[in-house]
Amino acid sequence: MVWRHVAGRLFSPPLTVAAEKLDEREIAELAERLHATARRTLGRSLSIRQVDAGSCNGCELEINMLNSVVYDLERFGLHFVASPRHADVMMVTGPTARNMREGLLRTHAAAGEPKFVVAVGDCAIDGGVFKGSYAVDGAVANAVQVDLVIRGCPPSPAQMLVGLRLLLEANAGP
Amino acid sequence: MSLDALLARGREVACQPWARHVLTPDAWTELRGVVLDLLGLWADPHAVHALLHQDGAYRLASVEVRDGAFPALSPAFPAAAWFERMIADLWGHRAEGGTDERAWIDHGRWDHAAPMAARPGGPGRPQPEFLAHEGDDIHEIPVGPVHAGIIEPGHFRFSVQGETVVRLEIRLGYTHKGTLGLLNGKSPRAAARFAARLSGDTTVAHSVAFARAAEAACGTAAPPRADALRAVMTEMERIANHLGDCGAIANDAAFAFLPARFHWHREQMLAAAQTAFGHRLMMDAVVPGGVSVDIVAAGPGAIEAALHRLEVELPNLLRVYEDYSSLVDRMVTTGIVSTEQAQRFAAGGYVGRASGRDVDLRQSPGYPPYDRLELAVPVLQEGDVDARFRVRIAEIHASTLLLRSLLPALPDGPIAASLPMATGEGIGWAEGFRGDIWHWMRLEGGIITAAFMRDPSWLQWPLLQAAIRGNIVADFPLCNKSFNCSYSGVDL
Ligand code: SF4
Repeated sequence: MVWRHVAGRLFSPPLTVAAEKLDEREIAELAERLHATARRTLGRSLSIRQVDAGSCNGCELEINMLNSVVYDLERFGLHFVASPRHADVMMVTGPTARNMREGLLRTHAAAGEPKFVVAVGDCAIDGGVFKGSYAVDGAVANAVQVDLVIRGCPPSPAQMLVGLRLLLEANAGP
Repeated sequence: MSLDALLARGREVACQPWARHVLTPDAWTELRGVVLDLLGLWADPHAVHALLHQDGAYRLASVEVRDGAFPALSPAFPAAAWFERMIADLWGHRAEGGTDERAWIDHGRWDHAAPMAARPGGPGRPQPEFLAHEGDDIHEIPVGPVHAGIIEPGHFRFSVQGETVVRLEIRLGYTHKGTLGLLNGKSPRAAARFAARLSGDTTVAHSVAFARAAEAACGTAAPPRADALRAVMTEMERIANHLGDCGAIANDAAFAFLPARFHWHREQMLAAAQTAFGHRLMMDAVVPGGVSVDIVAAGPGAIEAALHRLEVELPNLLRVYEDYSSLVDRMVTTGIVSTEQAQRFAAGGYVGRASGRDVDLRQSPGYPPYDRLELAVPVLQEGDVDARFRVRIAEIHASTLLLRSLLPALPDGPIAASLPMATGEGIGWAEGFRGDIWHWMRLEGGIITAAFMRDPSWLQWPLLQAAIRGNIVADFPLCNKSFNCSYSGVDL
């Protein structure tokens, strides 16, 4: 019975992990980079569209955890959307498999301006272990302009959260 | 006819632990008349290989490719069709008399067709047409490769009459990374990171199967402590994935409470893995020869704490699941796979076991350390979304018991053996959370010259196509989540 679970939990500590403190210097640096591209800033709430450009699914598993009660992405004003038309941010994973390149480009084109692109995981950053294969183009930055990278194989949800919040702060400005 | 009688007519090639039988094209064609399970089909530049199963015995058969062709097995075994298309795309060998000769993972985007052939060809083949449909009032719904949710890319083409799905055709290959090509020319140790990344959710079990294939080819065995630690990691991976799947299934029936709880428990398991082995998914922790990390002193305690919390709440979650008729209504009788269908495709894992197939590689053919452990394998008959959900819940329980017997009794000793620079062939297997995983490799002087990795999804994706037939479109996400097939695992 749901209500009994709910009642029981009223007296237990929150399940959500505390938000890590962000590095002011990193925010400033990223803000400068974003500013240099002279894009109009977006508000304090960003919609994210994820695109798998040939990942092994490891990165997706961890991105999915951002939606769980533990990381609760939405408390920061960040949320995932189904349509690229609604997206301010694209999180791209994978070594840009050639078979997915067009899918990535079309999704990117479908998202309105301004938009930010975050390359998530070592594959998206430079092809990772798949670098040099006949079937991949490597870095996502070879296909679309990338604003932020989040390292790891896969990066943990905590690392992703820090990256996305940096973007939020840098975009909104002081 | 008995498979062994037919194979005896072939030439035997050494492969561990089972010899490989090279058949003439005529004898290979006779395989079509034998009652057996076709578990996998792959190639090298000169031959095509099959992994077959009959009455508890696993066998390897091969046929040399002549004039670029070999006799197709798809007329007798429907599961062979996707493999044959993959073989044509990667090695350029044509399956003569095959049921489907359209391109598969070659979408015409590579510099060369048949990239794995001795001499790769010109530009690739264009993506094929979808199957035509006949009949009035049928319309098509194209979905993907970019889906609404955060999942892997693939294209689903639904032919729909009113609300009812008449046919689903799945097109994959979007995440093809050329993984098999990257294995060649490397030592098993260097190539292990590709096995760990064939399908990131199954990184442990694929690494185990790959390592066991390498060890078989070298005639080495991993030390007992490594076997036990591999099993600890495999069972943790199974629990974590089943928790994620159970949450995702309930989520697609719009029941938010269950995913909240299941995903919280999943997080606890991943955090325990981070504590115990230094990586949430335990990637690269299993290597040919053994394991690369030992469990830390705090590891068993962290794992037990996560198991305990789960064990306390799981019965309540199941009760919630059963108490809500709106939820049960979505699950029961949705997306049925009959036992006959599951058998025809020799499907393993929760897909096979929810449809009456009592198969589990940990039991048969078995491998250490499971051969000395008690293991309950849940089997249901209904074959619907509900049965696939319940098999997972039962497996979470079974894996909990396995971990409880493994952790307090970890053998002492080294965690890895070194592999000699051997020449040989081996096949390795492991039961991952999706089912039976098989890896085969050939070594020359310690270097891989040919290899294949068979994810369980090869035999499950086609059943998803069958399961959705006659269901309404709105139930597809639910069906799909209850299968949770791997894209990357079969895209290679
Ligand atoms: S970065 Fe690692 S986890 Fe992410 S897609 Fe690449 S191989 Fe998989």
